Amino acid sequence: MVKYIGKRIAIGILTLFVLVLITFTMTKLMPGSPLQSKNVTGDVLAKMEEKYGLDKPVAEQFLIYCKNLLHGDLGTSYKKVGTDVTEIISNTMWPTIRLGLVTFVLVLVVGIPAGVAMARAKSNKIKGVWLSALTLGVSVPNFIVALLLLILFGVQLKLFPILGLDTPMHYVLPAIAQGLYPISAVARLTQSSYEEVMRQDYITMAKAKGISGKTVLVRHILKNAMLPVITYMGPMVAFLLTGSVVIENLYTIPGIGKEFVNAISNHDYTLVMGITIFIGAIIIICNLLADLICAIVDPRIRKSL
Amino acid sequence: MTEEALFRKLEAEEKNDEFIAVESQTFLQAAWKNFKSNKRALVGGIVLIVIVLLAIFGPMVAPYSYDEQNMALRNASPSADHWFGTDKMGRDIFVRILYGARISLLVGLVAAVVNLIIGTLYGGIAGYAGGKVDMVMMRIVDIIYSIPSMLYIVLIMLMFGASVGSIVLGISISCWIDMARIVRQEVKSLKEQEFTMAAFVLGASSKRILVKHLLLNAMGQIIVTVTLMVPQAIFTEAWLSFLGVGISAPQASWGTLAQDARSLIQVYPMQTVYPMLAICITIFAFNFVGEGLEKALDPKRKR
Repeated sequence: MVKYIGKRIAIGILTLFVLVLITFTMTKLMPGSPLQSKNVTGDVLAKMEEKYGLDKPVAEQFLIYCKNLLHGDLGTSYKKVGTDVTEIISNTMWPTIRLGLVTFVLVLVVGIPAGVAMARAKSNKIKGVWLSALTLGVSVPNFIVALLLLILFGVQLKLFPILGLDTPMHYVLPAIAQGLYPISAVARLTQSSYEEVMRQDYITMAKAKGISGKTVLVRHILKNAMLPVITYMGPMVAFLLTGSVVIENLYTIPGIGKEFVNAISNHDYTLVMGITIFIGAIIIICNLLADLICAIVDPRIRKSL
Repeated sequence: MTEEALFRKLEAEEKNDEFIAVESQTFLQAAWKNFKSNKRALVGGIVLIVIVLLAIFGPMVAPYSYDEQNMALRNASPSADHWFGTDKMGRDIFVRILYGARISLLVGLVAAVVNLIIGTLYGGIAGYAGGKVDMVMMRIVDIIYSIPSMLYIVLIMLMFGASVGSIVLGISISCWIDMARIVRQEVKSLKEQEFTMAAFVLGASSKRILVKHLLLNAMGQIIVTVTLMVPQAIFTEAWLSFLGVGISAPQASWGTLAQDARSLIQVYPMQTVYPMLAICITIFAFNFVGEGLEKALDPKRKR
């Protein structure tokens, strides 16, 4: 177990390092210096380059960047003069995290029971309808769902507020818009793994031993059927984080996704880099956690690596 | 009992009783039959063919070009001249959607080809080689996989500017990962089977075994993965353009069209609805076809 955890963490750190290397190289390869547009030349330019550390060789710049990164310092924003990237991130991440958590819970609470219900449905017709609904759920892009909900329930019917995240009511529309795809995916995953587990001999065995239906369901079926769903949680967090970019834009939520798009449009390289690394780190951590939970639940996985 | 009662001559219509009536089918014939009997997949396939034909020939016969402006006719309602009406610049929305289909399908096509070539080769080599090579190759894949593709695409677009080319390049970087994993898994399990051993014993070269025996057998899975990759790529492009960081007007991608019409959504909601419908229908059709193929090409399924 310890060996498994150690290996997983080592891979996680390596991944993060590669991400930092890629983002750093790309920002260095980008045309033009960030100071070019400031109308400065000669001594002033040299002074400014010295201030931002741009006069040193690239390798040294990378080392400095990594060193600062270890201290949690992601540099200064090129466009918002004097503001630290870390400060911008810590100011904007909370709305994103709150909305993400609400959606996460919504996905599990709706998706897993829906999948179980689908797997237990007796008639093939009902199953077909369920399947079509799920295909629809994974086919409609999140920005379209978000926009339709916005027009229908926000603008036309005025049932829900659509700007910001001030009250619980504000969460309803963005959480549904963001959650539709993962709900469908989780339901699908639950259904197929539930059916798979139902066919196993040990379920027949458990039933034959006279264990109550409820215990079989929870201890024998769900415990095994949930493994793929737990593994999916890592990618799901990635999906919610990248999805937040468009949702936050549509619902004017001052989160990290909205800041990311602004940074891209403003060509604020350090900020783009900082947010990229931040999002990447969260996703890597979530993947790691999902793997560890799986390894705790299922001893077979521990031995495979 | 007499001999006469035990043995009697066959009647004329009994002569063919031993004949097996089921026509023998090749794998592809059976798959095609299964696919045809799947209504959802068939409808998806027909819709896709219509979309492809419209995307190729539509703009050729259309009386307007995608960026032709007619200021006298802004935000017009649908009419015989302009089937879906015109946008805020007086451009024909139907023609712009046809051009959008070209961009979407192009992005999807490139993603599919890259997915097919890189993913199959990478996964095939990793699965076939096994051992240390496999370990290193799969760790690399893990690393690329755990960084969301949106981040690569955004970085590439900052580097090369927003265009169809940079979107395609960005999608290409990460779209082959799923394929590589699936092919590797498939090759690894096929490698253990007797026919591979037989081919090896007969002295077939590695290349021949890999291509003829392993990849051909994994073909079903590969085709399904490619089909399901296309809608993802189309979605990514539409999503980026909708955010305003992808393809920008006057070029007409579906995401751009929806983004363009967003400011007028309360007055002319239909202008946003058309491109969004186009995106949904296309993605839906691809997913249906993918599911149909998945069922039809699975050799372990009872037919």
